[in-house]
Amino acid sequence: MAAYIVRRILQAIVVMLTVALIAFSLFRFVGDPILALVGQDTTLEEQAELRKELGLTDPVVVQFARFVGNVARGELGISYGQRRPVIDMFKERLPATLELSLLSAVLAIGIGIPMGIYSGLHRDGWLSRVFQTVSLVGISLPPFLVGILLIYLFAVFIGVLPSQGRGDTVQLGWWSTGLLTWSGIKSLILPAITLGLFQMTLIMRLVRSEMLEVLRTDYIKFARARGLKNRVVNFGHALKNTLVPVITVTGLQVGSIVAFAVITETVFQWPGLGFLFLQSVQTVDIPVMAAYLVFVAAFFVIINLIVDLLYYVIDPRLRLDRTTSSDHGG
Amino acid sequence: MSTLVRTRESLYRIIDSDIFYSFRSSPVTVGAAIVTLILVLGAIFAPLVTPHDPYDLEALNLMDAFNPPVWYEDGTWSFMLGTDDQGRGILSAIVYGMRLSLWVGLVAVLFSGVIGVALGLVAGYVGGNTDAVIMRVAEVQLTFPAILIALLIDGVLRGILPPFMIEELAIWVVIVSIGISGWPQYARTVRASTIVENNKEYVHAAVLTGIHPAMIMIRHVLPNVMGPVLVIATIQLAIAIINEATLSFLGVGIPVTEPSLGTLLRVGNNFLFSGEWWITVFPGVALALLVIAVNLVGDWMRDAFNPKLR
Repeated sequence: MAAYIVRRILQAIVVMLTVALIAFSLFRFVGDPILALVGQDTTLEEQAELRKELGLTDPVVVQFARFVGNVARGELGISYGQRRPVIDMFKERLPATLELSLLSAVLAIGIGIPMGIYSGLHRDGWLSRVFQTVSLVGISLPPFLVGILLIYLFAVFIGVLPSQGRGDTVQLGWWSTGLLTWSGIKSLILPAITLGLFQMTLIMRLVRSEMLEVLRTDYIKFARARGLKNRVVNFGHALKNTLVPVITVTGLQVGSIVAFAVITETVFQWPGLGFLFLQSVQTVDIPVMAAYLVFVAAFFVIINLIVDLLYYVIDPRLRLDRTTSSDHGG
Repeated sequence: MSTLVRTRESLYRIIDSDIFYSFRSSPVTVGAAIVTLILVLGAIFAPLVTPHDPYDLEALNLMDAFNPPVWYEDGTWSFMLGTDDQGRGILSAIVYGMRLSLWVGLVAVLFSGVIGVALGLVAGYVGGNTDAVIMRVAEVQLTFPAILIALLIDGVLRGILPPFMIEELAIWVVIVSIGISGWPQYARTVRASTIVENNKEYVHAAVLTGIHPAMIMIRHVLPNVMGPVLVIATIQLAIAIINEATLSFLGVGIPVTEPSLGTLLRVGNNFLFSGEWWITVFPGVALALLVIAVNLVGDWMRDAFNPKLR
């Protein structure tokens, strides 16, 4: 158990260092950080002085080490565009992104898994066909298109839901929440559906195909032959054995939701991290891009770790046979 | 004469094959293939099938702006699907946009395919540390959604290029961004099949004859690992088209001067609230149709070429 966890954590650290190296290279080698920070009327001497002051004349390895240290302490540099510390901008926008992503994840899992189970059990039912069609559309349509269509339908045509922004928010310490006001909740509905639809269809398709696979196995036939109730066979035996792949993909999808939020937030002008990142790509604001990259990577790594630990809880085979555990990581 | 016979024979072989049978017996796939073919042909022959040239600024007339589709009272047959704010015919813009989207998608898929297959071959054939490094990078990249990688590379390229070139090279920025975001898929598959091929006798024989490893990889191993690559490429084409549309919609892709489907959607989005729905909805439908059709063909290919499912 301990060795398994330690190895997973070491892998996570390697991934984070790789991402940090990429983020650092962005900082250091894309454009000139000094030129981005000073005005045009600073002399070359002043620029050289600033360069020295910021440590940009040190060996690259030293700079990288300092960068990693800074990131670990939450110092993510200063935005070229807004000339404010990136970490402050992130703190302002983090609640918007997390609330949106969380609701989307709940929608995707809470609807996707039951839909998948149903269409796995009733393979040829008409409702399953409806689900399959919905999932084909969900998987084929780019999220921004879904967003536009939802806006047109519910904000323009019917006119019941707002099409942009978070509505009214309530400040709880540094966290601003839209969940406590009616307009905040109404604003959340369309973006959450847009963001969750793609993941929902993926989860549904996966659960369906896993269920179909498991239901074909001999032990399910045997369980039926023993005269167990359908409910027990379907949920106690079949569903339980689909959990390992379902948890992997669901975990990865929850991570993807935060990344896909870039698109949804832009469509709905949602004041979150993704929108900030997109603006930084448009204006080539490297510190914000780099910081976002580190943030998303950290998020993914943490989710992956949790998923790995969940395997350990769910799959008893892993506890005995440690040599095969690495096969489940990818 | 003999070539004719041979062509006819190979044609019979194709029609008789399992693959073609599974194709014929799936009406959805046949439908999707026909739709794909029509869209691709329309895109190739865009100048012939469109009533107007949307890039010809002189032909645009602002008097034609915001014409509704033909079934409205104010609609005209000359602009069947209406016009945008510049007086550009939506139908023509869609066909040309589709042409650009398909082209960008194809080149991006080719680009990522070449990188991915090359790295996968090297990783699988050479093994050892080379393999470990390449696969680690692929693994890290696969953790993130492709669109995020593409956005990031797009931003970096915009930072490196001098500002006056960004507009000019915008299409290539998109192609490179999407191309790089897709390579790990190919690399993983090719690596796995290469490792299998490595242990076969023909590879041992080639090694014993003393030809250069690069030659063995390209002439002997590569042809035997290409099958799955084509399947991945079809599925990746749909993803590349979606990602191109997304980048263009977000304003960091194809510029408005020669709009792709995504750019058309970006422009149309501004008029959604003022009631000119056709400027957005028709390009959206065209994009959805294209992606769904390509996806269905790709799905069928994946199943048909997978011996496990036969």
